[in-house]
Amino acid sequence: MIDEPWRRRRELDRFDWYFCAIILALSAIGVLTIYSVTAEKAGTQFPLYLKQAIWIGVGALVFLAVSRIDYHKLARWSFLLYGFALLLLVVVLFGGKASHGAQRWIALGPLAFQPAEFVKVPLLLVLAVYYSTQNRRGWWYRVIVPALITVPGFFLILKQPDLGSSLSFLSIYVTLLLVVGVKSKAFGAVLLSALMLFPFAWSELWGSLHDYQKERILSFVNPDYDPAGRGYQGMQSRIAVGSGQLIGKGFHSGTQTQFKFLPEGHTDFIFAVLAEEWGFLGGILFISLFLALLLMGLEIATKAKDSLGALLAIGLVGMLTFNMLVNVGMTIGLAPIVGIPLPLLSYGGSATIMTMAGLGLLFSVKKERLKLSP
Amino acid sequence: MKQAMTDPGFQATGLADIQGRLLLVKIVVVILVGLLVVRLWQLQVRDGTYYRSLAQDNRTRSVLIHPVRGLIYDRNGILLANNVPGFNLYVHLDDVPDREAMIEKLAELLSLDESELNKKMQAQGRGTPIRLKKGVSLKEAAIVESHRLDLPGVVIRPEFQRNNPQGAYAAHVLGYVGAASEEQLAAEEFQGLPSGSVIGQYGVERIYERTLRGHAGRKFIEVDALGHEKRMISVDKPQVGNDVYLTIDFRLQKLAEDLLGEEAGAIVALDPQTGDILALASRPSFEPNALSRGLRADVWNDILQDERHPLTNRAIQGQYPPGSTFKIIMATAALDTNAIEPTETLRCEGRFRFGRRTFRDWKKYGHGAVDLRKAIAQSCDVYFYRLGDRMGVDTIALYARQFGLGERTGIDLPGERTGLIPSSEWKQRTRGEPWYPGETISVSIGQGFVLVTPLQMAKVIGMIGNNGIAFQPHVLRGVRGRRGEWIDEWTPTQTVHLTLPAHQLEAIQAALAAVVTEGTARRARSSVVPLAGKTGTAQVVSLRSESQEETPKRFRDHAWFVAYAPFEHPGIAVAVLVEHMGHGGSAAAPLAKELIEAYVSYGVDDKERTQVSLTSPSDKVMPQEPRRD
Repeated sequence: MIDEPWRRRRELDRFDWYFCAIILALSAIGVLTIYSVTAEKAGTQFPLYLKQAIWIGVGALVFLAVSRIDYHKLARWSFLLYGFALLLLVVVLFGGKASHGAQRWIALGPLAFQPAEFVKVPLLLVLAVYYSTQNRRGWWYRVIVPALITVPGFFLILKQPDLGSSLSFLSIYVTLLLVVGVKSKAFGAVLLSALMLFPFAWSELWGSLHDYQKERILSFVNPDYDPAGRGYQGMQSRIAVGSGQLIGKGFHSGTQTQFKFLPEGHTDFIFAVLAEEWGFLGGILFISLFLALLLMGLEIATKAKDSLGALLAIGLVGMLTFNMLVNVGMTIGLAPIVGIPLPLLSYGGSATIMTMAGLGLLFSVKKERLKLSP
Repeated sequence: MKQAMTDPGFQATGLADIQGRLLLVKIVVVILVGLLVVRLWQLQVRDGTYYRSLAQDNRTRSVLIHPVRGLIYDRNGILLANNVPGFNLYVHLDDVPDREAMIEKLAELLSLDESELNKKMQAQGRGTPIRLKKGVSLKEAAIVESHRLDLPGVVIRPEFQRNNPQGAYAAHVLGYVGAASEEQLAAEEFQGLPSGSVIGQYGVERIYERTLRGHAGRKFIEVDALGHEKRMISVDKPQVGNDVYLTIDFRLQKLAEDLLGEEAGAIVALDPQTGDILALASRPSFEPNALSRGLRADVWNDILQDERHPLTNRAIQGQYPPGSTFKIIMATAALDTNAIEPTETLRCEGRFRFGRRTFRDWKKYGHGAVDLRKAIAQSCDVYFYRLGDRMGVDTIALYARQFGLGERTGIDLPGERTGLIPSSEWKQRTRGEPWYPGETISVSIGQGFVLVTPLQMAKVIGMIGNNGIAFQPHVLRGVRGRRGEWIDEWTPTQTVHLTLPAHQLEAIQAALAAVVTEGTARRARSSVVPLAGKTGTAQVVSLRSESQEETPKRFRDHAWFVAYAPFEHPGIAVAVLVEHMGHGGSAAAPLAKELIEAYVSYGVDDKERTQVSLTSPSDKVMPQEPRRD
């Protein structure tokens, strides 16, 4: 009994170290890749890869800060945080900065941030708190009430419009719904009713999409339909990935990227750049690191002290999994092209900081258990 | 919690329950991520080479380098066609994100026609750049360059353009060039020719296309997604075309065209001893430079619909009744078939009765007693009516064919017509009617169904001057390669010859000399050189008005004059046809005389031919690929 806490302590230390090392490694891959894509664009502006490095630095501070806070304390503020985040979304809708035909940004002096990213962690907190405290049964309490909590944020983001972020947002709810406890029979019922509702909701959902979003979805159904149009992105992305072959074309030597055939190489299509320049081996390395991060997150959930902590961990891992699957999926032609950034890699301050905050929360769950278990 | 456990609908949110499910969650995550890996393996390892080649195609582009066309010179080395640098407007459709916007922008900047641009872009598929406009001015080029960012895929390329330094002179001989049409590219002759190639469309440019064209080159460049050239990978240099030297003497050519002036007509001058075409003029003419640089559709339509048909080469495509110049053939036929002796006289009272019809002589009260010499010199119609009556149309046709009438001379220019020599067999075949003997009478003076081209008549008169021997008429003198070496030189080829005995032929030659000295072409009499010829007046409509001046011009007769000089050993045979100018003696003969005198003063002969071939074209500008940037 005497040396046991020590041993455990050392194990956890090693776990911590791996965990942080993986986060840093992924971030570094991101910065390098952004450098490869945008190095030549520099000169007019502050280089993007340095900006991203700064965001990661800021994110690391946020990570440390959040990980030191007892998540129970955060949980107490969760509804307030969520309410505030929704308010920001409303502000964006009316006074936001528009770019690329969508209104997603709030300008704050020289900086601009995306409230759609910052609403994710508050939602996670709210839903985790709800499910961990609410023991009442029945559809109403298990499915509908959490859905009602999620829906305002979902629609506010969809309205911007930002299909990718709204789906990513929704993934938190869906993960918790599936994991927290719908029995298989009920799960089937939910899925079935969702599918039955789909035709009715379809026209409404489809109508609310912008033309370019519709085109993206259509081009997913038939990618070779119009190579120069929407399908172009997907096509060029697959060419980039495929042409990387086993070992890649080498750093800063991806022709698809360097000659600008691949659009958005530093944001949504960053994985294509990675796969083109570092090949299958590079892709596997990234996927392994990311999978390790996900499994470690689930490991934290497994060993969480209470259900709130477990739900927080599961919800976060669910969202990260969803983002990663959809992002990589779209670059390799497995998912429709929706604008979801690749967590920790894609350029973007808001997303990076939000991810870091989420990971900090995860770390906090792990630390709480350590603190109270002896 | 226990209660919840037994609940059939939902499980409680107990920690144990949650953690109990995490193994499943982990498995699901691993499987999903595994799917990514499988897909990645498919793309990168299994199909990697395929995608690698797609990426290569994406960034490498082969750009056609058009060859520089060979030059065209006259027999003395005067430059007739060369190439000058010019700007052409191209578009790479692969690099155009929004075609509509691009067309709109271009149309606005360069005031081009949007529908025409659209049509051009539909004509050709993706991959090869499309030439939207030839001969862009420096100012227009600057406008496009300054809007380069708004016009991705649109490029201005400096390229050579065909240029005729002598302007419209010799337009029908030289022809013009133009982009190969879809049909032309599909034709066997142009197999493998890259689309967008410029080829000869008319004249020598067309006939000697293969010689002049050279071979296109290609360069392989690496481009980015906006189509900007990043790096040249390799270049397959184009091969310059060979130079063509013509038999044309540009001094005579220019004079012939100036002599015709604004009148429609044709002048052909050839060397009867070699078949060399010295001048081949046709009026009205066109501006080959304008055609080679590409015309707007409406201008082109105007040219095509011009009533005066400027694109028609009247020297080889104009088919006219030969009128009295046909009497040369008549005389040859009559002497060779013994239908008449040179000294035999026939009476001419100004009319010839045949059945119920009366055929008039051009001279109201007739020429009196007429022998061959007088008949030709005075162009007595009745004399030849009688000969025609004696011989019949088929004998006439036989001799006309000895002269090569009714068929193409085979000159190396496109679109030559055959003319028409009627015979009884011909009439039965084409009209299903028998030949009426009365029609022979009209044929006897070169009217009726008879049609000839000016080139054919030049050949006819040349044969008489050259003692019955004809050489293949041709405009090619030789072909020279890049280094000035002769690749090909024309050797004169004898084609047809007359069966008429020499002393009989001399009688005709003497009569033709008399035409100029004492006959209908006294205005062609030259103090410089003795010449022989024959006038002709080709009736356009069979209405004989008292005065040609009162007839509207388009119904007036065509004036003919054919001649050769010098009388002994002729070096030049000329056929002049001036449309609607009435009598050959007054309208055509003076032109021939001037041309012949010029020929004599220039002294074109065989000696000069050999001299010219020894001079090297040192003043020739060697065209080079224009610099790109």
